[in-house]
Amino acid sequence: MSEPVALKLTAKDFKSDQEVRWCPGCGDYAILAAVQQFMPELNIPRERIVFVSGIGCSSRFPYYMNTYGMHSIHGRAPAIATGLSATRPDLSVWVVTGDGDALSIGGNHLIHALRRNVNLKILLFNNRIYGLTKGQYSPTSEVGKITKSTPVGSADAPFNPLSLALGAEATFVGRTIDSDRKHLQSVLRAAAEHQGSAFVEIYQNCNIFNDGAFDQLKDPGIRDDHLIRLEHGQPITFGADGRFCVVHPPGGFGLEVRDTAATPAGDIVVHDATVTDPAYAFALSRLPGLDLRNTPIGVFRAVDRPSYDSVVQEQLAAARSGVTETPEQQLASLLNSGDTWTID
Amino acid sequence: MRPRRAKRGAGVTKQIRQLDRVVIRFAGDSGDGMQLTGDRFTSETAQLGNDISTLPNFPAEIRAPAGTLPGVSSFQVHFADYDILTPGDAPNVLVAMNPAALKANLADLPRGADIIVNTDEFTRRNLAKVGYQANPLDDDSLAGYVVHPVALTSMTVGALAELEVSKKDAERAKNMFALGLLSWMYSRPYESTLRFLERKFAKRPELVAANKAAFKAGWNFGETTEDFAVRYEVKPARMPSGTYRNITGNAALSLGLVAAGVRSGLPVFLGAYPITPASDILHELSKHKRLGVLTMQAEDEIAAVGAALGASYGGALGITTTSGPGVALKSETISLAVALELPLLIVDVQRAGPSTGMPTKTEQADLNMALFGRHGEAPVAVIAPRSPADCFHAALEAARIALTYRTPVLLLSDNYVANGSEPWLLPDVESLPDLRVEFASAPNGEDGTTFLPYLRDPETLARPWAIPGTPGLEHRIGGLEKADKTGDISYDPANHDFMVRTRAARIETIPVPDIEVEDPDGDARVLVLGWGSTYGPIGAACRGLRQRGLSVAQAHLRHLAPMPANLGQVLAAYDRVVIPEMNLGQLAQVIRGRFLVDAISYNQVRGLPFTAVELETMLEEVLKNV
Repeated sequence: MSEPVALKLTAKDFKSDQEVRWCPGCGDYAILAAVQQFMPELNIPRERIVFVSGIGCSSRFPYYMNTYGMHSIHGRAPAIATGLSATRPDLSVWVVTGDGDALSIGGNHLIHALRRNVNLKILLFNNRIYGLTKGQYSPTSEVGKITKSTPVGSADAPFNPLSLALGAEATFVGRTIDSDRKHLQSVLRAAAEHQGSAFVEIYQNCNIFNDGAFDQLKDPGIRDDHLIRLEHGQPITFGADGRFCVVHPPGGFGLEVRDTAATPAGDIVVHDATVTDPAYAFALSRLPGLDLRNTPIGVFRAVDRPSYDSVVQEQLAAARSGVTETPEQQLASLLNSGDTWTID
Repeated sequence: MRPRRAKRGAGVTKQIRQLDRVVIRFAGDSGDGMQLTGDRFTSETAQLGNDISTLPNFPAEIRAPAGTLPGVSSFQVHFADYDILTPGDAPNVLVAMNPAALKANLADLPRGADIIVNTDEFTRRNLAKVGYQANPLDDDSLAGYVVHPVALTSMTVGALAELEVSKKDAERAKNMFALGLLSWMYSRPYESTLRFLERKFAKRPELVAANKAAFKAGWNFGETTEDFAVRYEVKPARMPSGTYRNITGNAALSLGLVAAGVRSGLPVFLGAYPITPASDILHELSKHKRLGVLTMQAEDEIAAVGAALGASYGGALGITTTSGPGVALKSETISLAVALELPLLIVDVQRAGPSTGMPTKTEQADLNMALFGRHGEAPVAVIAPRSPADCFHAALEAARIALTYRTPVLLLSDNYVANGSEPWLLPDVESLPDLRVEFASAPNGEDGTTFLPYLRDPETLARPWAIPGTPGLEHRIGGLEKADKTGDISYDPANHDFMVRTRAARIETIPVPDIEVEDPDGDARVLVLGWGSTYGPIGAACRGLRQRGLSVAQAHLRHLAPMPANLGQVLAAYDRVVIPEMNLGQLAQVIRGRFLVDAISYNQVRGLPFTAVELETMLEEVLKNV
């Protein structure tokens, strides 16, 4: 959907006149700034970009973007955006959602949007807590999490958002972090280029109700031993001097982390986001432990499958091809079809 | 012209008797093809120019255990040489394909009615299944009726003996034998049925031959057997000139939605989740891609309305179709549409509730939900069609209000009008309302550069419909309360009060046609007020009273929100107002609350439409006491 003429938009063009009202220090500010700075790259006129959100802190996002936008109701953004995308394939439609919005109340719409491969870019801000309702555990909170609604610890096992998206056969799945603007924008870029649903999980810090949830991935002292930066076509190694690597152990189902020094170079998995079988990306999504060790970020999966809007629009076009009558004439023959009789 | 006397076979002379109206009920097992048989008989009858009204009645189970009472499926057709309003209270003729069909329907038959029974199915086992101790064909329990025992199955199988069809397929053709017999009895033209069979079984020529042969065997049986001494004729009805087709409410409603797309020039988007009795609208609309109708079978009811709202936001005519349980699920999104002030059409084909209730039976008990079933002050327009053909025009009217006033509109059909059918005088496309809309295209602020998404048209109170893709009008909308004009988020107390009142006024000031009163005698003291599908039975009851010299007035509401401006005046002009409803008095409560009228609420919730007789009896009592 690139325009032939450079529009020369800047980040400023994407800032709306509304006062941004997240808590000071919220990770959402960084994401908003990164998105606003990235948007000009799309070279799509602002009027053809739409942000649709649900309910939650992250869902205030559309108010701050000087594009078209709808702040809808809890969990329903993917459904609303599906109707928009299916009827308006000329638009670039973005969904902004959170872990409660997308995975709890709106779980059904999320998996079905991904299954249909609706042409939506879905940004899930995951802070592993309910912020707007002041601090209850979310469907991505750890087991045992102590919150206002779980004073002795949550009994619920959390969702792994990427595993869930991959189970729904999402065609594009990525993960990034609020504080790493460069990486965040690189994943947005890949998502924007993807035709169909692009699901991006963004680890986002809620400094009021779940501060430091992703510190291991941010602290310069330890983050390199925790983060796996996926690069398409590159062997998966990480840590200082690439001291860890990812292998596919013979006889096993998934992937495992090993010491690079003790691993034959040929055994190290070379990342390929285009693998058709979602099992590979799923195995990547299962690498992190509870302490966030071995957390891959980047593009897990980007495969081609016809998007929903393109398929339904093709059906409409095919039905219309060769039709010479006006809609009124077609309607008249439709009304007069079947067994009719005339009374004089 | 048909001969006045027909002579055939072994010198059997058939009398021809003229009737002004007949009610036939075809009843059998749900696998016996009774709906199809009724449909074909209706179509033949329509070709003849009779007025028609039909009522299918079938179980929710696709195939309930064969031969049992819950498995009985029936189709009633009422046809006459004058305009009729209902499918008829009581059948003159019952076709009972098995003992269950006889037992389930006998109570509805008046004494003297004809009963045609398929004797082959009256086996000891089948009789026992429905609790018959003895065969009712052998004792005198049916003495009050005219029973025609016909070995339908074995005669069908016999008639097809020469054809290459399996015994099972031959037996299945027995409904065509029955149709042939009834078509003969009532002098129906059958060419359209033969053509229909050719179309239906185009891929299996042996079944075309078998079904045609069964039909002809039934016809010939009527002509030759001495058991049927009389043949009937019902002359064409005097109806306005024009081209007609027989149509069900769901089909007419679907065509109305397609027409709304054509007349507005907008793409139509339907988001729907399968639910009885609304699914046929989804099926029908999915066939009209050529006219730009896009249908989506959503993952649930909420997604269905959400996608429709998203499509409306993008400039389509967004529609969702469902039944009561689905409306309940959609309610939060409808409230969002109220806040967003976007067009949205919600079709509720009502069925008996609460919960799953009786999904294939009718009821009008979603009126309260339509009017009030949302959180906050969330008014919407509500419209109800009065008959199957009226569904077409009601759908167009609903679309007109949604598009002109940028509001959700609830269209309250019900199972009775949805599956019932009647002749429809086909409208001229050019005569249909012009629904074209103007999208906002330029800033509307005084400074010439600002866009105010909540600046209203002073006449309609509608805000601009600025669809994505329009340069310079980028704006954000949402469920949070908005400031007047700018649409910015606002928690200002005075603004909220103003916006709530404005949203109410937006609906209340929609101009709708005045309610018309039918009072041919001009001196009625009692007014019967109805809404939706009760129009036919109420009208038939009023007619019955007037034929007996009693005066009664009838008025019927199509617009339930807003209500016609003259309604209060109309109500005040009568000594008593009676409101019959297939619920426990939902409209009556509104009328009492709004107009302080001591209306008499008359209710039944049996899952079936009112009969004209019960309303006539009730109204007669009211008239006596005025």
